[in-house]
Amino acid sequence: MKLTVWTYEGPPHVGAMRVATGMRDLHYVLHAPQGDTYADLLFTMIERRNHRPPVTYTTFQAQDLGSDTANLFKTAAQDAYDRFRPQAIIVGASCTAELIQDDPAGLAETMGLPVPVIPLELPSYSRKENFGADETFFQIVRHLAKPVEKTARVTANILGPTGLGFRHRDDVEEITGLLADLGVEVNVVAPMDATPADIARLGAAHFNVLLYPETGEAAARWLSREHGQPWTKTIPIGTGATRDFVAEVAEIAGVRPEADESRLRFPWWSKSVDSTYLTGKRVFLFGDATHVKAMARVARDEMGFEVVGLGCYNREFARDIRALAKDYGVEALITDDYLEVERRIEDLAPEMILGTQMERHIGKRLGIPCAVISAPVHVQDFPARYSPVMGFEGANVLFDTLVHPLVMGLEEHLLAMFREDFEFHDEAGPSHHGGKATRRAEAPGGEDGGPAPQTPRSISAKMMGEDAAPAEGAPAPAAGSDVVTWLADAERELRKIPFFVRGKAKRNTEKYAAERGVTEISVDTLYEAKAHYAR
Amino acid sequence: MTEHRMPLTGGCTDTPILKQRGQREVFCGLTGIIWLHRKMQDAFFLVVGSRTCAHLLQSAAGVMIFAEPRFGTAILEEKDLAGMACANEELDREVARLLERRPDIRQLFLVGSCPSEVIKLDLAKAAERLSKEHAPHVRVLNYSGSGIETTFTQGEDACLASMVPELGATDRRNLLLVGALPDVVEDQMKKLVGDLGIDDVQVLPAPRSDAYPEVGPNTVFALTQPFLSDTAAALQRRGARHIPAPFPFGEEGTTAWLAALAEEFGVGRDRFEQVTAAPRARARKAIAAQAAELSDKSVFFFPDSQLEIPLARFLTRECGMRAEEVGSPYIHKEIHGPDLALMEQGPTLSEGQDVDLQLDRCRAARPDLTVCGLGLANPLEAEGLSTKWAIELVFTPVHFYEQAGDLAGLFSRPLRRRAALKLEAAR
Repeated sequence: MKLTVWTYEGPPHVGAMRVATGMRDLHYVLHAPQGDTYADLLFTMIERRNHRPPVTYTTFQAQDLGSDTANLFKTAAQDAYDRFRPQAIIVGASCTAELIQDDPAGLAETMGLPVPVIPLELPSYSRKENFGADETFFQIVRHLAKPVEKTARVTANILGPTGLGFRHRDDVEEITGLLADLGVEVNVVAPMDATPADIARLGAAHFNVLLYPETGEAAARWLSREHGQPWTKTIPIGTGATRDFVAEVAEIAGVRPEADESRLRFPWWSKSVDSTYLTGKRVFLFGDATHVKAMARVARDEMGFEVVGLGCYNREFARDIRALAKDYGVEALITDDYLEVERRIEDLAPEMILGTQMERHIGKRLGIPCAVISAPVHVQDFPARYSPVMGFEGANVLFDTLVHPLVMGLEEHLLAMFREDFEFHDEAGPSHHGGKATRRAEAPGGEDGGPAPQTPRSISAKMMGEDAAPAEGAPAPAAGSDVVTWLADAERELRKIPFFVRGKAKRNTEKYAAERGVTEISVDTLYEAKAHYAR
Repeated sequence: MTEHRMPLTGGCTDTPILKQRGQREVFCGLTGIIWLHRKMQDAFFLVVGSRTCAHLLQSAAGVMIFAEPRFGTAILEEKDLAGMACANEELDREVARLLERRPDIRQLFLVGSCPSEVIKLDLAKAAERLSKEHAPHVRVLNYSGSGIETTFTQGEDACLASMVPELGATDRRNLLLVGALPDVVEDQMKKLVGDLGIDDVQVLPAPRSDAYPEVGPNTVFALTQPFLSDTAAALQRRGARHIPAPFPFGEEGTTAWLAALAEEFGVGRDRFEQVTAAPRARARKAIAAQAAELSDKSVFFFPDSQLEIPLARFLTRECGMRAEEVGSPYIHKEIHGPDLALMEQGPTLSEGQDVDLQLDRCRAARPDLTVCGLGLANPLEAEGLSTKWAIELVFTPVHFYEQAGDLAGLFSRPLRRRAALKLEAAR
């Protein structure tokens, strides 16, 4: 057993739903108890779909347990076929149904439905959502893809986009356009918007473009083996990766590697002087492995950030991420426990987080700006506007996404210049966040300047809940703060440091002092530490 | 006094109930945790279940999940399914870790789920064992919020029912008001009841474990929520007596609910008038502002929370709507009876669900407003039907006089929005 509050991934049958909901004319009959229909609202609300997911649940209840559930399954499958007349049906069990020993595959087979019935084995107690999507898509492809003649013109399939995928809708459009520029036509996009009939003619393409290894790699491997289709390994996220992708496609397809870069603005935006302040911004990356891998390159090589840490929640890609971390000279964090992520972020004290919805909230709590780069995401990351993250327009989108949470360069400069100004003090808040500038409250004791600013509250304090009193005699949470004290002068000096780097300055100074056995921090200690840590 | 009493028979009392069985598009009882943990400030709800359960709570809790809430899921792993003894040890370890980390917790609910029920993990015994281990600081209780046994708000019923045997005994003639209400509503309710001169009043659930109410043979109780049948039965087993009443939605419902208490406690007619006249007038006025939009419109309820019958009564009697179908996951005649008695004959009453058949009926009826869950709302909007998503009715303050206008507003807003949006070209 493992105590969990946040989960980065749902159970595997939700992955299967993502494939089914992404497709058309396919129906999923899911053996599941009453209540599992909650997953419908992920699609109707977060993704704002205008139709119900094509899923029929058996919704068995306690009184049905026993032999009745098998009949219930058969009835549900028959009703679903009669009502929806899909081209193919996938059948499977959710976590509870996995325990009750009905065999959806066997039951469905005996029914003699006039369409292909594809059984799914999704181990709910050991695997998760991404596996469920990957495996489901693989099984669909394995059952339905027929040997077919290759198209006369050079075509490719786009593999991996699903329902509830982070920016999948617009990535597909962007990459379809990019391929068209190169003279490569798209044969089938799958699972997104594909019908079982489309899956049958996957083999007609000359090669596959795998956009999301998490949800399409098993199918890509199988198609490579059975249909001789090579697949692209580069994920076209960021300027450099998109150019690499163009080169890779050109080589596989035998076309000229000339893509239209006329709308690509990222490189110039990043070179322009207002971006200079981005240099060496310390960033931490976390999310699904594919997006983290791609975004680490964007962050370091294209934005000029310093990557201080990275990790992913999907263990299937742990090896890749470890190798990547080595390249970047940082330690990989492979975990699905958000508390570990939070701890790591706190330790590293980055200036920016590139992460998921969870990291956005961790960032909010710790006062660190965050941009969302990966699922799981919430409704605001299924935007109405065109916002791919792949291809050249995707690169433009990424530049904006990564810069907006940071205070703009000029604004940052002005804030630093006027940091003691009555309007530009700490509590005023960034002007573009809708806050209203307020005058600084007079500190009690006039010159004293008030207490030293707080480092973010520790995790242990948060675990106790908002209203919990700290246990008596518990050590002070901030590392080092129980052994070193700040002299009043040093405290005042610390307050002059802009608020967005002050936490780091405080920690560095305390660390510096602790390492040297200094118990009282003076202005000199502060500046010695600053010189020591200067890059 | 009697003039405020509402009839207990008539209306839809004898309307045959359409019972269907098939796919049910409903939440399981685990979702009750989302609002229950806000009401019980020193309680932690530990679901023993699968990743699906954790994912459900996360999806249902929305942004609340990020506020370090007092609930979580002990996710069963493969090794837990292999043998029972192991699962108990694992649970004990996780509970010990949790309680060490959260010393502010005084009540711990082990919440059963479908997986834990199917593998017959004995959480009742576990609660007993852990209660002993962590006494006297922490009381460990157990109930099931599994989908196979409970639908949505029934999770609250199961939770409160599990607390009833824990309540202290008394011989006092006290009044117990049962059902978790938003704090602001609870305060209004207590003030109204107090102003009527009923002074020994307690609420279940209480905000903290040291304020558990007492119950005994002279206790009377009234329900503020219609989904509390098991809790009512548990209280009756302890000798308490139920005061049947329509539920306090709208001016009429609130007045009828208060009148039932007033009659039970022999409150004089003058006093009742004095206490209720002003808020009744306010409520009527506030409802009238919204009712213009709702009058003569038809409404169709999909089953969700068991609030459907009293809400349909409010919408039809106080807002002038016409009910096409009123679906409820469960209908308890003894609890929903007073509201059924007030509702004019006409609507189909349905209990349970076969969602595809019910959608067919809904499409055929083409109601002006459809009350349904979030899995159906956008798809129905896309088909051109106006919807009101039902979960909001459980989370938003809607009971009693001061919220009566807001309650009507929840239903009128989708219609107003539909009329306001002009997305076509002007020419």
